[in-house]
Amino acid sequence: MFSLQDKNLANKIIKHLQPNKKPYHFMHVCGTHQDTLMKHGLDDLLESCNIHIGQGPGCPVCVTTPYEIEEMLLLAHKGITVASFGDMIQVPGSTMSLQQMKTEGGHVHTVYGIEDAVALATKQPNQDVVFMSVGFETTAPTTAATLLSEPPENFSVLCCHRQIPPALEALVNMGDMNIDGFIDPGHVSTIIGAQPYEALSEKYHVPQVIAGFEPLDILMATWMLVQQCEHQEAKVENEYHRAVRYEGNKKAQAIIKKVFTTSDVKWRGFPIIPRSGMLLHKKYSDYDARIKYEDLLQPLQDKTFNEPQGCRCGEVLRGLISPQDCALFSHQCTPEHPVGPCMVSTEGSCQIAYRYRSN
Amino acid sequence: MCLAIPGKIISIEADEQHAMVDYGQGTSRKVNITLVEASIGDYVLVHAGFAIEVLDKEEAQKTLAIFQEMLSQEENI
Repeated sequence: MFSLQDKNLANKIIKHLQPNKKPYHFMHVCGTHQDTLMKHGLDDLLESCNIHIGQGPGCPVCVTTPYEIEEMLLLAHKGITVASFGDMIQVPGSTMSLQQMKTEGGHVHTVYGIEDAVALATKQPNQDVVFMSVGFETTAPTTAATLLSEPPENFSVLCCHRQIPPALEALVNMGDMNIDGFIDPGHVSTIIGAQPYEALSEKYHVPQVIAGFEPLDILMATWMLVQQCEHQEAKVENEYHRAVRYEGNKKAQAIIKKVFTTSDVKWRGFPIIPRSGMLLHKKYSDYDARIKYEDLLQPLQDKTFNEPQGCRCGEVLRGLISPQDCALFSHQCTPEHPVGPCMVSTEGSCQIAYRYRSN
Repeated sequence: MCLAIPGKIISIEADEQHAMVDYGQGTSRKVNITLVEASIGDYVLVHAGFAIEVLDKEEAQKTLAIFQEMLSQEENI
């Protein structure tokens, strides 16, 4: 029922795009979009139409900062049970990854979602459990709903959630590159709807299209962006009607509002992006690992942790270079031995490029 | 990370906060449904163990037709 495969229609869209002589540079901010683009060869197909689509900071694991990883490593080092998503566990910190800490006896658990981490805490009431909650607006409501369900006292969250629209504005403001339009992330948009993107289109005259994840979704969204550019329009359109409503998921928005407050936060590869972070509201401070373990985490204060030497994930995340432009790509940096997070995560540009374009 | 998989709700648990979701090919998993208003038979998008939205069957079925229509409108300009 949800299969969107129609070769004739795909060819028809490409035919509509082919007369295009003006080059367009579009950006998306979602690893799943990048996967669809490369898996189906759409990137090459669109390049032949003079259209380049690059990936921006659309991988929550990748934009999580080295400092946040050190926080988790320190908590694990102090004997606390830590849990997070598989990709997050494998991102190298300054001395090791959480995965490596596990092999050295640390209580590190890979979980599918926050409820699995709560189950761990329930199962071992005498052991503190911290869940590293990374993710954009898609994941934030799962954290919010869980905290509202009053998990056990030995459970807490190291909150690393971030919001997409402020990052899009930061990309435009930084002016590193010309962005003719954004393909907005479909699953973030199921939660937030279309409205939060509108200010960006109005203020900076940037076209945007919310897109799904089938090849036809991406092709159609690209065509819609080209249409806007050619007609000098800048609005937010929704190609992913089957999952995204204009108003988004109001139930999820309401609990996000209840549990989180907005903060200014750094993203890997970016300076501090105003109002892009999500902190736990004071009311939920009992579940806030940064408050609960303030003393344990104190030694990290005022310390800075740099990117691994030679790693260019920051530039990849800003869309400034392709993974292949990094000297480490597929040599010193591979999915088996990743140097930076973009090679660790299945949503990272480097791992996706390695998967589909590395010989 | 923001990957979400569509599946069909086949039963709702006694706590009314979780449901069994069938992803096809014999795979099913317990999913938290507190973020959506969903019933048995609905298709939901599942992310990190939570249903985040109910898919609109009518919109899904209309998608290809809408694409065709949009493209032909441009042809007629």
